[in-house]
Amino acid sequence: MTAPAKEQTTTTTWTGQSLPRKEDERLLKAQGSFVDDEGMYRQGYAQFVRSPYAHAKILSVDVSKAEALPGVIATLTGDEVKAMTEPLFQFAPKEDGSQVNEYLLGVDIARYQGEGVALVLAETRGIAADAADLVEVEYEPLPVVTDGVAAAEPDAYVLHDSLGDNIAWKGLFDWGDIDWALENADHILKIDKLHFHRYSSTPIECNAVIVNWDPGTDMIRVVSNNQFPMFGALVIGPSMGVGTDQFDFVSQDIGGGFGIKINSYTSIGVLALLSRKAGRPVKWIETRTEHHQSGGHGNERTFLDIEVPVMADGTMLGFKMRAFDDAGAYLHYEPLGAVIWSQVVPGPYKFKHVQVDYTETLTNKCPAVPNRGYSRMQHLWFVERVIDLVAQELELDPVEVRKLNYVQPEDYPYTTPNGCVYDSGDLPQALDMVLEMIDYEGAKKLKADREGSGKRIGIGIGTTLDSGTNNFGQSRILNPELPFSGNGEACTALLDLYGEVMLKLGTNPQGQGHETTASQVAADILGMSPETIRVWTGFDKSHSTYIGFSGTYASQFAVTGINAVIGAVEKLKAEIIEVAAYAFEVEQDQVELVNGDARIIGNPEAAIPFIGIANMVFANNATLPHEMAERVSLTCRHVYVPPFELPDVEKKYGNLTLTYSTQTHAAVVEVDEETGKVEILDYAVVDDCGKRINPMVVEGQVHGATGLGIGAALKETFEYDEDGQLLNSNFLFYHAATAMDVPNIKTSHIESPSPFTGTGAKGMGEGGGAPLHTISAAIQNAIGPGKAIVSDSHNPPERVWRMLNWDGPAEERGVTVVSNGDGA
Amino acid sequence: MASGPGPTQDIEFTLNGKPVSRTASSRMLLIHFLRDELGLRGPKIGCDTGHCGACTVSYNGKTIKSCMALAVQADGAEIDTVESLAGESGDLDELQESFRENHGLQCGYCTSGVLMSAKFLLERNEKPTAEEIREAIHGNLCRCTGYVNIVKAISGAAHGDEGLALVERLNREHAKEVSA
Ligand code: FES
Ligand code: FES
Repeated sequence: MTAPAKEQTTTTTWTGQSLPRKEDERLLKAQGSFVDDEGMYRQGYAQFVRSPYAHAKILSVDVSKAEALPGVIATLTGDEVKAMTEPLFQFAPKEDGSQVNEYLLGVDIARYQGEGVALVLAETRGIAADAADLVEVEYEPLPVVTDGVAAAEPDAYVLHDSLGDNIAWKGLFDWGDIDWALENADHILKIDKLHFHRYSSTPIECNAVIVNWDPGTDMIRVVSNNQFPMFGALVIGPSMGVGTDQFDFVSQDIGGGFGIKINSYTSIGVLALLSRKAGRPVKWIETRTEHHQSGGHGNERTFLDIEVPVMADGTMLGFKMRAFDDAGAYLHYEPLGAVIWSQVVPGPYKFKHVQVDYTETLTNKCPAVPNRGYSRMQHLWFVERVIDLVAQELELDPVEVRKLNYVQPEDYPYTTPNGCVYDSGDLPQALDMVLEMIDYEGAKKLKADREGSGKRIGIGIGTTLDSGTNNFGQSRILNPELPFSGNGEACTALLDLYGEVMLKLGTNPQGQGHETTASQVAADILGMSPETIRVWTGFDKSHSTYIGFSGTYASQFAVTGINAVIGAVEKLKAEIIEVAAYAFEVEQDQVELVNGDARIIGNPEAAIPFIGIANMVFANNATLPHEMAERVSLTCRHVYVPPFELPDVEKKYGNLTLTYSTQTHAAVVEVDEETGKVEILDYAVVDDCGKRINPMVVEGQVHGATGLGIGAALKETFEYDEDGQLLNSNFLFYHAATAMDVPNIKTSHIESPSPFTGTGAKGMGEGGGAPLHTISAAIQNAIGPGKAIVSDSHNPPERVWRMLNWDGPAEERGVTVVSNGDGA
Repeated sequence: MASGPGPTQDIEFTLNGKPVSRTASSRMLLIHFLRDELGLRGPKIGCDTGHCGACTVSYNGKTIKSCMALAVQADGAEIDTVESLAGESGDLDELQESFRENHGLQCGYCTSGVLMSAKFLLERNEKPTAEEIREAIHGNLCRCTGYVNIVKAISGAAHGDEGLALVERLNREHAKEVSA
């Protein structure tokens, strides 16, 4: 870790206030601009033809009947795409160069149900749908691989011949000395298997793209709701043989993203090819069924052969396990998930000895993509499951075991076994607060009272971390040759011709309120009201400012985005003051900015409004010294770069993330013994994301992450049958949490400022999947010791009922304790 | 499916208080008609099965999901969409204002539908409890807010300043019930 960033000179009149959002008026009045609200002149409507099989050879694709339908403009097949493009860039080919060959459309083999194999373009949505039905595809079904662990077996059917097996990436993570810990621990907890399930935050707005490949200029204008377009450009540009300079990415309002909307870059690419072929703009709005089958799912992870060395008092020394991530049929953003979990190796705890034998496999399922809490929450759920089982099996108090193992307030900045630096926090206090919020003592009494009533009470705790602003250098752990490291964001602050203040961001938010928070910090620097600052909405590559990392993902706006704003606005302020000081004929330190005027300090009469400053620079520049007139632009760009170094790829060691917000959740649930149904009686959250720029927005993010986590814990899952058919292709079968499923969520907070971010703010918003940890713990608590353990992150009534009614032999409970004194 | 060849029908109806008379394709869904033919942006599309509620509109005084009706069924009906809420002046109405104050929306994609369901509730039940609010909007999926601030916003609109206090009180009662 390099030295903390220098102190900022901002005052904080507006920063820290719960201002209502700038975005809201237009959204409430339906004046937002989502992709489906837009269109291009002469556009046609695209429809994908998708594989009904999870795995099948594509023997032939016949588009003749579709093309004959009146109103059809063009079609595109996988073979055509193969002829005009290269396979997509892969992050981590094997040492011998073998890798997954993926094209922008299915070629030769369809590898998951819903994979696109052809496209049609027609004058209307209806004709496009009819025409897609007329495309005749001949398939020859192939064996289907749906189990992410079995996929790694040597005899598993191989999805990608070019890869040779189904292993997308494999590596051993080994920190501390696990053998020593296992030898010297008082007890070893052995857990057979834990499984984190597949689900998605399923934004209500599905993916959507309007693209025009202009035949005259060769420019490709993409209006979409992709949330990380720069990443998309970097991947599809080389495949399509076009420069990133040809892409103009535009997004305005986005109807939820949660990471899932990073995934649409392949669709963008192939729709662009269709536009070029047709010579017309192409509009595509994904249907809900398509979104569930092919829009992207969160990672599913299986943990096997877990061994946990523990001391008699509950001090955990570490763990050893094998982990398998199921990436689905293609690697979209993956295998980055194979290292991203290592931002939070010990979770919130201090243990030092960890060994993870990690494998990521390919299966005949929808590609896994980042989903709120990406890759870390799977691991954090695992860690919380382990700590809870340690407490249960050693008959210790789960609160005390947590407190004993937590990183303590005085330990910060705390370096984890793999070199990550936890910046700040106060976990014991957060735990005390959250327990008070659920009336822990009262809940325990209720639990005792309800015994024997047929309704069992369970109390669960989930402590988790939201690591924000990641160091892309961690991708080199996958592949040392990768030219990625660091992170950052850009902002341009400017005065327009009449002195109006404008900000242009590199981000493209999906409801996180960037227009509001950016204007709050800018307002403090410029001494004016946020209302008078225009933040350009959305993102447009042709006029927004950006770097390769620009986008809205990975809990980082409060750090990267806001620091870019601060840097740009500070530069603008300096220029305004320089021009004003020249006009006043005073030193620059004699000038202050107040309510849109530059004034001589102590003399409010001597004021030049910003319009006057803008006039001198933009339209009256003979009044300025020539050197100043050419240098001062009142258009000030700043790129914030967090202080990162390259990790040691051999040891898989280094600081992978700048900030760590903490979330401490607690729940009281009631479990119906007859049905296994779980009802949440009380739910509370203590969030600590350092300095909060807009507490109301922060709380909204806490609610949202909690709501999605509760849904995932109890209602939401993507399940495939043995033929690889998705059983939850729409909201009828995918039970997205409703207002009846999510209880009132009580929130409170601690502010432990980050020493590394200048402002003290930390990234937040993903929430670390805490409700999954919490509800698993609460169900475990309701079931009690001696029964089967909660080994899955998803617990519908049937699964809970089975656990309640489990009466197998003790050694099949899923957990055993071996004491080292017992000669183990 | 949306539009395309096939039979058509002439329809007349009232949309947000103004008469509309058009020819509609018999196979076109009402949501597509409102959006693609009449250019409305309020009703949104979020699913293909009638489960997300983003397309919720008022149809003869009752809320319906406009993806579950055909355009031709609009014939003779009175239909209101979220566009009817803000007055002629363009000012947010009380309900919308309460959503703004209480951060009842994030991405805003579900919001049009949520507002229509909330309006329908408040027309029938001036002082709903939090539980009644949750019931009333359970057909509207929101993935951003965890519903907490949506409930608060509707409560705020119904109960004025007491709205927030009500939510707080419910919180406490809930806690009490647990400790009882
Ligand atoms: S679009 Fe989802 S209910 Fe109508
Ligand atoms: S505000 Fe985004 S879905 Fe409700």
